[in-house]
Amino acid sequence: MSRRRWLAVGRKALPFIFLTPLFIMIALSWIAPLFLTIYLGFTNLNIKNFLAFIRDFFTPRVKITIDNFKNIFLGQDPYIADVLKTTILYVTSVLMINVFYSLILSISIAYFVRNEIISMMLRVAWLLPRITPGIIYALLWLWFIDPTYGLMNSFLSLLGVPKAWLPESWLLDKPYSQILMIIVNGYVGASFGMIVYTAAIKSIPPDLINAALVDGASEFQVARRIIIPLLRWPMLFVTAWQTMSLLASYEYILMIWGAGGGGGYAGIAKAAGVMVWSLYSYSKAFAEYQYGYAAAISLILVVIGLGLIALYFKIFGFRRLMEPSRIEV
Amino acid sequence: MTSSSYRRSKRSISTRRVIALLRSLTKYLVVIVVAVIPIIPILLMYGWLLVQSFSSRVVLGLVPSGLTIENWKFLWSPVKMGLKTYPNIWPITLNTLFVALGEAALVVLVSTMAGYALSRMNFRGRVALMQFIIALHAFPSVILLIALFIILNKLGLYGKGYLTLMGIMLIKAGLDIPMASWIIKGFFDSIPWDVEWAALVDGCTRWRAWRSVIVPLILPGIGAISIFSFLSGWSEFLLVFTYVKDETYYTLPVLIYHLIGEFRFINWGMLAAIGLFYAIPTLIFFSTSQKLLLRIYVGGIKR
Repeated sequence: MSRRRWLAVGRKALPFIFLTPLFIMIALSWIAPLFLTIYLGFTNLNIKNFLAFIRDFFTPRVKITIDNFKNIFLGQDPYIADVLKTTILYVTSVLMINVFYSLILSISIAYFVRNEIISMMLRVAWLLPRITPGIIYALLWLWFIDPTYGLMNSFLSLLGVPKAWLPESWLLDKPYSQILMIIVNGYVGASFGMIVYTAAIKSIPPDLINAALVDGASEFQVARRIIIPLLRWPMLFVTAWQTMSLLASYEYILMIWGAGGGGGYAGIAKAAGVMVWSLYSYSKAFAEYQYGYAAAISLILVVIGLGLIALYFKIFGFRRLMEPSRIEV
Repeated sequence: MTSSSYRRSKRSISTRRVIALLRSLTKYLVVIVVAVIPIIPILLMYGWLLVQSFSSRVVLGLVPSGLTIENWKFLWSPVKMGLKTYPNIWPITLNTLFVALGEAALVVLVSTMAGYALSRMNFRGRVALMQFIIALHAFPSVILLIALFIILNKLGLYGKGYLTLMGIMLIKAGLDIPMASWIIKGFFDSIPWDVEWAALVDGCTRWRAWRSVIVPLILPGIGAISIFSFLSGWSEFLLVFTYVKDETYYTLPVLIYHLIGEFRFINWGMLAAIGLFYAIPTLIFFSTSQKLLLRIYVGGIKR
């Protein structure tokens, strides 16, 4: 009897034994920092009170304030408006590339190009920006835009862009630096969209397309009337997913403008107009050492992020989220 | 409907042929403008990386002149960087390997166990846990960098050399584990229950069944998450860049970041060579197991 009871207890406990390491790791890397970010956002932690804070955070000795949020929302930080504008420009433009450009791209690659080998080669080439380690991708771009050694300007003149339109420095001259930021991140996003869309296009039953072709539809009509309507869900998925990751992504900007500018990323990013919200939070923390204020800035992203996740689950439902590339016919 | 098809059938064969030709021409024009021309810069960049690393001077961006291994001498002689000189690049490479291998080991161990439980065991809150994992996967982890910095400080792991690297390894593994568990759960799902049943009926304990029946069957899955997590650790930049200030404990991407700042106007050749050296594992894994990686990259990516 007692042996059987032990077995029953064991059967109940076994899943949790298997899952405990997972829980510990998630608690360390996700849950604890998430709550800590919320807490930090309401303190004035900076380089001066740092050691005292590390000693006694979560005790009454730490002063809780809402000054950080006053600074952000009541315009006491003169730079917030600029950052907001840059972020909106960045997120919307890259999102356009991710959602619409990669749609045309995937239809070209997966439907217009009938030759399997060419189609696969194109797909691999478009995957390169995502596969490349970030710092190498940044290095490649820094070479490409270099005014003396790089090929960016020659490539553009070859395409017919007049010399007078080309800037002296893609890194520093303002509208161009923002264009560069959008292009660099656009390639990475385009390959994300391409992966999702090509998988979806490949899963469209060929009969559907062939029937339309036999009835005399042109391939453009097939793309417009059959493929695009069927890609509605993948498009929504890419939009939702990328909105959030774009809001939080600043790694390539940090690498390109930081390394290209000789190490100090904060000043050069501001001057070049590529200071996005998440990078602003990062630079407030690790270049200006105002950790509390920086946490408050990222806390706004956390709130947006949680809201968007709730929205995903509502729109897509659990099942669809797990199978991003499925389509409904 | 009938009138239009009637009209179409009245067109002569040759007009129809011309229209078809024009259509396929525009089709290929679209392909070239949308899918071919924009990718040329990326291919040029890769071409440059290869050519530049082996030549002393490069004309017009891509034409090599003078084959040399001068650029690769960082492999056996010092790398100067500002005031700091490295004996050579190997200690930094070892740091990078340390982080990547440590992360891979942790991720494989933890997520294989978790994936098995998620796929095979019935317990309360299973669906909720899976939803939670998906939600974590969608949540951008870089936002948490500041809080993680405080945690490292609290744990006394900041500015402690290898201890800091171990802390980074732990954090990075924790960030990758939700996704890895998800991937490996998919592999477990694809093994039929009957196989495990047979082992259990034959008198195996659950643990024994897991070790000697299931694990061999999901080796491809384990391979997939090892590659995924190794590459993730190998290319980790932000955590090391933010938390490691002592040059002795840099990893390759952080070293390259600082080298770009110092070398940009002097030595593109060496930068290209070091970059290529660093990209080798990624290129190898990508070319050998492209299908596997693609499957992972479809599953979900931060950016």
